Amino acid sequence: MVYASELLSGWGNCPVERCDVARPESAVELRRLVMSDDGRSCISRGLGRAYGDSSLNLAGRVIDQTRLNRFTAFDPETGILTCEAGASLAEIMEVFLPRGWFVRTTPGTKFVTVGGAVASDVHGKNHHRDGSFGESVRSFRLLTARGETLDCSRTENADAFRATLGGMGLTGCITEATVQLERKSTAYCSVNYRRTADIEETLRYFEDTDAASQYSVAWIDCVAQGKSLGRSVVMTAHDAAPSDLPAALAANPLRLPIRRKRSVPRFVPSAVLNYQTVRIFNALYYARHVDGRKIVDYDSFFYPLDGLQHWNRIYGRRGFVQYQAFFPRETSRRGIVALLDLISAAKNASFLAVLKSCGRAGEGVLSFLSPGHTLALDFRYVPGIGPFLQSLDACVLRHGGRLYLAKDSQMSAETFAAMYPRLPEFRELKGRVDPERRFVSSQARRLRIAE
Amino acid sequence: MPESIVVLGATSGIARALTSRLAARGHRLLLAGRDVAELQKTAVDLQIRFQVAVHVEAFRADDYEGHAAFVDRCSEVLGDGPDGVVLCYGELPDQEAAFNDATLLRKSIDVNLTSAMVVLNLFAARLAARRRGFIAAISSVAGDRGRRSNFIYGAAKAGLTAYLSGLRSRLSVDGVHVLTIKPGQVDTKMTLGLVKRGSPLVASPERVARDIEKAIRRRRNIVYTPLFWRYVMAIIRLVPEPIFKRLKF
Repeated sequence: MVYASELLSGWGNCPVERCDVARPESAVELRRLVMSDDGRSCISRGLGRAYGDSSLNLAGRVIDQTRLNRFTAFDPETGILTCEAGASLAEIMEVFLPRGWFVRTTPGTKFVTVGGAVASDVHGKNHHRDGSFGESVRSFRLLTARGETLDCSRTENADAFRATLGGMGLTGCITEATVQLERKSTAYCSVNYRRTADIEETLRYFEDTDAASQYSVAWIDCVAQGKSLGRSVVMTAHDAAPSDLPAALAANPLRLPIRRKRSVPRFVPSAVLNYQTVRIFNALYYARHVDGRKIVDYDSFFYPLDGLQHWNRIYGRRGFVQYQAFFPRETSRRGIVALLDLISAAKNASFLAVLKSCGRAGEGVLSFLSPGHTLALDFRYVPGIGPFLQSLDACVLRHGGRLYLAKDSQMSAETFAAMYPRLPEFRELKGRVDPERRFVSSQARRLRIAE
Repeated sequence: MPESIVVLGATSGIARALTSRLAARGHRLLLAGRDVAELQKTAVDLQIRFQVAVHVEAFRADDYEGHAAFVDRCSEVLGDGPDGVVLCYGELPDQEAAFNDATLLRKSIDVNLTSAMVVLNLFAARLAARRRGFIAAISSVAGDRGRRSNFIYGAAKAGLTAYLSGLRSRLSVDGVHVLTIKPGQVDTKMTLGLVKRGSPLVASPERVARDIEKAIRRRRNIVYTPLFWRYVMAIIRLVPEPIFKRLKF
């Protein structure tokens, strides 16, 4: 079996680890890789959009499943799609949106595989209403180290289903998934922009609009301090009906406008993003978004950053740390304020800060979200960043929150165990599905998930 | 006009990207290769994505006796066709191993050259009789000059390039077009671990497939893909032998 020794990283470009990567192109090859009993562990990788070390495996193998990306069944009556795990949401969008179908839940990039979306039980701007991606997953197929194929759903192998959904690929290799697509009559959203003066107003606005809005998200100016702490541009939206569209678009309501391709060069000096430039960017962003309603295409609404290829390079060679925290409803206001205070006190501005209200808990044992709020931030990686992040971790923990595994690259095993009280249950289930402990990632090793 | 096209070695990375391009243009496809189960999956995928008819047939390059029957089956399945044939299979042997092992060496020449000639001759006769259509085959820049590090593969591909050149001339009177495809380094299963992924010198299969599809449509004779290899190879061919023999690459 051919492995390539490559320097791999997640989307945050940090950490970078040398891994042995295989990229199977047939079911037989994939099976052989998973079953190879040379005593080395393996982890699946899709398009590498997890930010940290979720799809790295320093001591073992990485199985790149992006070439196993075929659609295996589609029912145009019901919208039920079965595909290999390496198929991406971008492909689903390209093929099925023109036919009036798309996934109900999408994360902020379409360059994720279906397998990755299951493994991270990803969420989107509709979480407060529709929950996470897992809710539209009907079933998936899990390949174990012994070469068994487990068909997992809510009724069949239900334990493996719960452990694998949000299980970061640690229970086995997801080879196929069956997803319920949702009918769409246009490729556009009707978006309402509303600027808020502070965090109180932002949260109140969520509370007032969440019941009525299909999508909602707030961009927070996390440079603003004092009275303006947490001032935001809140976007609430719903799928546009053909009648919402201006005449020019209504003729082809399911066609996406062609996006100009832009890309970030390979090496950007680390100085480009600093406290001052981020401050200016945030001030401009806030100033630019006047209140009002607009028709916005899916690409621009769901995937604003996908329009800029390799946007992760703007943080320079050292990469960056994504930090996404969840706070339960009871403590979320205090938690968010405390976190934003810590950040502005450290003058460690986050280029992007996104706040989202969350609905019902995911079905996965390690699913990230529950009712409450989630705040996503990013920080340029600098070697001394550890203590700063630990102070944030402590703050999140103090408020009963947790961090998103798909973004984490830094937290400690102790912090993780405290944030995810269902870890023992996960370990037990993993032990049953993967007694050989073949499926391990660098992240799992750091967080001692499998032990 | 949509045509029916046979793709030999349809599980290869370049073939998968190319079949997507061809299906997107509405062509009817027949995927041929050893692993029928995999081809079936690819066929279903193409049908779902592009809503075109896709057929699958078993084909083994080393089963020379079976080639004629295979070509017959292609015509049968496609009705009257095919209108075109694309040969995508190939095998990159380990140079040192093949140098020291005659069996490996012969197998490599058989797969890359002999079998290609046998099966394409059969298709050529059929296309010539209908006085239209095309044959496209993936050779390699490695066939442009034998290099120390891979001249066994290079010899087979040089043979294939020479064969295609002659076939093109022969079929030109019959109105059948022949395209020689010379990819440089492509990020496929064949080269995994041998070329540096993400390097600007290594092309994606999608990029190569785009060039091939365009070259077929424009009835080009020889296409280097990506294009810069044409100039690189022009220079490499110009290096005088006394100097070239000292080069280690």
